[in-house]
Amino acid sequence: MVVIGAGVVGAACAFYAARAGLTVAVLDRGPVAGGTTGAGEGNLLVSDKAPGPELELAQLSNRLWRELAEELPAAVEYEAKGGLVVAGEPAGLAALASFADRQRGAGVRAEAVAADQLAGLEPHLDPELAGGFHYPEDSQVQPALAAAHLLRAARRAGAVLHLGEAVEALRTGADGRITGVRTARRELAAGAVVNAAGTWGGEIAAMAGAHLPVLPRRGFVLVTEPLPRVVRHKVYAADYVADVASGSAALQSSAVVEGTPSGPVLIGATRERVGFDRTLSTEAVRLLAAQAARLFPVLAQVRVIRTYRGFRPYLPDHLPAIGADPRAPGLYQACGHEGAGIGLAPATGQLIAQQLTGALRYDLAPFAPDRFTAH
Amino acid sequence: MPTSPSEPDYQLAVIGAGPAGLAGAVAAADRGLRCVLLDAGARPGGQYYRHPAEELGARRPDRLHHHWSTFTDLVRRLDRHRAAGRISYLAHHHVTLLERAEPWRLHAVTGADGSGTAAVRADAVLLATGAHERQLPFPGWTLPGVVTAGGAQAMLKAGLVLPGKRVVVAGSGPLLLAAAASLTAAGARVPAVVEAGNYLGYARRPGVLAQVPGKLREGVTHGAALARHAVRLHRSSAVVEAHGTMGVPPAGGWGRVTGVTLARLDADWRPVPGTEWRIACDALAVGHGLVPQLELAVELGADTRHVPDGTLALVVDRRQRTTVDGLWAAGEACGVGGAELALAEGELAALAIAGADRVPAGLLGRRRRLRAFAELMAAAHRPGAGWSDWLRPDTEVCRCEEVPAERITEAVHELGASDARTVKLLTRAGMGWCQGRMCGAAVACLAGQDAPAPDRRPFSCPVPLGRLAELPTD
Ligand SMILES: Cc1cc2nc3c(=O)[nH]c(=O)nc-3n(C[C@H](O)[C@H](O)[C@H](O)COP(=O)(O)OP(=O)(O)OC[C@H]3O[C@@H](n4cnc5c(N)ncnc54)[C@H](O)[C@@H]3O)c2cc1C
Ligand SMILES: Cc1cc2nc3c(=O)[nH]c(=O)nc-3n(C[C@H](O)[C@H](O)[C@H](O)COP(=O)(O)OP(=O)(O)OC[C@H]3O[C@@H](n4cnc5c(N)ncnc54)[C@H](O)[C@@H]3O)c2cc1C
Repeated sequence: MVVIGAGVVGAACAFYAARAGLTVAVLDRGPVAGGTTGAGEGNLLVSDKAPGPELELAQLSNRLWRELAEELPAAVEYEAKGGLVVAGEPAGLAALASFADRQRGAGVRAEAVAADQLAGLEPHLDPELAGGFHYPEDSQVQPALAAAHLLRAARRAGAVLHLGEAVEALRTGADGRITGVRTARRELAAGAVVNAAGTWGGEIAAMAGAHLPVLPRRGFVLVTEPLPRVVRHKVYAADYVADVASGSAALQSSAVVEGTPSGPVLIGATRERVGFDRTLSTEAVRLLAAQAARLFPVLAQVRVIRTYRGFRPYLPDHLPAIGADPRAPGLYQACGHEGAGIGLAPATGQLIAQQLTGALRYDLAPFAPDRFTAH
Repeated sequence: MPTSPSEPDYQLAVIGAGPAGLAGAVAAADRGLRCVLLDAGARPGGQYYRHPAEELGARRPDRLHHHWSTFTDLVRRLDRHRAAGRISYLAHHHVTLLERAEPWRLHAVTGADGSGTAAVRADAVLLATGAHERQLPFPGWTLPGVVTAGGAQAMLKAGLVLPGKRVVVAGSGPLLLAAAASLTAAGARVPAVVEAGNYLGYARRPGVLAQVPGKLREGVTHGAALARHAVRLHRSSAVVEAHGTMGVPPAGGWGRVTGVTLARLDADWRPVPGTEWRIACDALAVGHGLVPQLELAVELGADTRHVPDGTLALVVDRRQRTTVDGLWAAGEACGVGGAELALAEGELAALAIAGADRVPAGLLGRRRRLRAFAELMAAAHRPGAGWSDWLRPDTEVCRCEEVPAERITEAVHELGASDARTVKLLTRAGMGWCQGRMCGAAVACLAGQDAPAPDRRPFSCPVPLGRLAELPTD
């Protein structure tokens, strides 16, 4: 099998497939984690997901991340630190409560935190908040290191890695089956080709004549100077959930604030659809900073040392495409995870490996690659 | 974000008050443009015309400078324009973000402690941000008493402080001779100047050299001064290790460099085994040339070019225009070339921005000759790929994040990093306070990148979060 893309999703596909005994080659036109994986954050969240197929996938993935954390080196910086979602007003808190209720029905752990208990969890939080919910299952990894170590483990299990080689075309058999890939340097024959090209996944699908409308959704992240632990959980305000689910192209922002093991606090991320425009948006930066300072007033004095941006692979219904593409036998889609690709990578990789080895017991229908119609 | 056209505060904003920026601002104001000149430092002059604060009461700042009168003349003209309201000179204004709008908006971090912010608007921008020093790590380079060559020079010029009594000067580039001359003039012993390159590069094109008598004079002056002080110049050699103690204060004292091991290098800068020798010293001034400071322009997508010394510089046309509309550049930002070239480019940019239809031919000729000379020097001082042979696995490469060489090698050979950006993601090298200014060149080289990509630093310097929250949006 050939995996196109050495981001976290491609790495997870390669890892589980190699473990399942398949012969695996991974190709990327750049380095490892050079795409969105190296330009995002590593939140593994269940707290922001409503009951449904994405939440189930996230729950499976969180279990797998826990297993992987045992196996991969500590360098991947896995931390089961928990999330804290807060509301400024009673109305917002009521909305959070009913959301948490529905999530509990789906097996998510969510604990109400009264206003006067917030400081016990987060001493530096704005004291005026109305209350919040604690999600102990939310956790995090360092995405680039996670991808790199998954790939290293895959290579130890026999996978081969070709970096700096773009896939220029897919090989097609006489019966229309996809039989491999072509780069400027080589042709690789394979029984299965996995499209893990993230935000560029639509281009790979198009090489097989299949329509897959992956679009970039830009996000900015602010990084502060290293600090002693002032932020203990992943903390965000209630409106974040609405932003994530929004289909609007306009700029949305509600800061998720979190500390990292190396010291800097990360504040991310905005969401807007502006194509691949890399221009720094001062408005995005201003919104993130203002929201973070509102949640944690002490941060106002802290220095921001950098900002970065990335382009999430977005599909119109906010769900990834996972599994065999019926329009192009031999091609397997594993892309379009938008703002949750780090979280959803292990589940995606494991399900693809199971499908390839005939061991799949999971309903992939909600992620069907052919669910979008071209117009 | 709203980009409704608003009244600009200035017709021209000049970023950087070194030779290029000063010359540019003054020449533009001469032609009637309303200018703002912003600089991160406390006083105009940049890296070249550094001078002591007045409180220090230094009587002869000119002793360490060539062309001091050029500077005093520029400052006189600056003062006249300031008095007449044609130039606002804003010291302690570090432009951290350049926003492309109509008109341009420049966001600066202000004050000596960087706690304030300001924004100015201007029709055109001249980028004259100069360069910072290139460092290549070696075992012991983090010892107390090891300073940068430019830093030693700057310390002398600004505060008249010596880094030590017996100072070895090492690395590569013409700055080494200047630093050694200043150090000896200020009373230090310089037992050796150690140059990794072999200077032959200049001699290969004597024609270019002959056209820049000023440069020759400079070299001869330095050379004579050094000969007078019995300073030995070692070519094709490098400090491959600094010895001393880190010290564990207070009991163990602050620690200090006590000596260096030198070795001969082959043409690729690989140390030749068996050629090592040791010299005692109490300070080491080391630098490997300069790296243009481009982040404000790179962030806007300006084109860059590869300079023969292995750095990147902005692409500019005959009129000093970058490939970004309304953005001009002059001085080291266009490729390291010295103060005289910076002055010429600053003036040329100002003439172009002011719409002058005639440009003095002498000025154009001077720029052409000096630029050609700069490229020649650049080629002579390009670090050879073999330098990394003097690293040990535990030699710290990134000081901010304390990343040793072996972690970088692991990222490259086992984790799939093939460029500096990925090494940074996987090791944190270059993620710290200096944002890779110090280790960037070394990391790119260890990643096997011979043509480095431009560094991306969306903020040119850290900004208090509360200030970002107040960014103007109208
Ligand atoms: C600001 C921001 C914050 C985020 N925060 C989070 C978060 O907290 N939690 C979370 O789970 N997710 C987060 N995400 C989303 C997450 O980063 C992505 O969903 C995830 O990285 C996608 O991984 P991927 O492997 O599919 O894509 P990528 O990492 O983009 O990998 C795709 C690879 O395919 C390669 N490729 C493309 N075309 C070709 C070709 N023709 N030939 C060869 N190779 C090719 C690319 O070079 C690239 O390396 C965030 C994203 C952003 C932008
Ligand atoms: C440390 C050092 C020491 C040097 N010593 C010597 C020497 O002894 N002899 C010699 O011949 N040459 C020396 N040089 C080289 C010499 O400085 C240059 O040739 C010359 O100064 C170039 O002029 P410039 O105007 O291009 O840049 P510079 O003189 O470097 O001026 C750039 C100015 O821009 C300011 N600046 C940079 N970024 C920003 C920003 N974002 N916002 C606001 N302001 C900004 C800086 O504070 C600085 O004042 C030295 C260079 C360095 C880096």
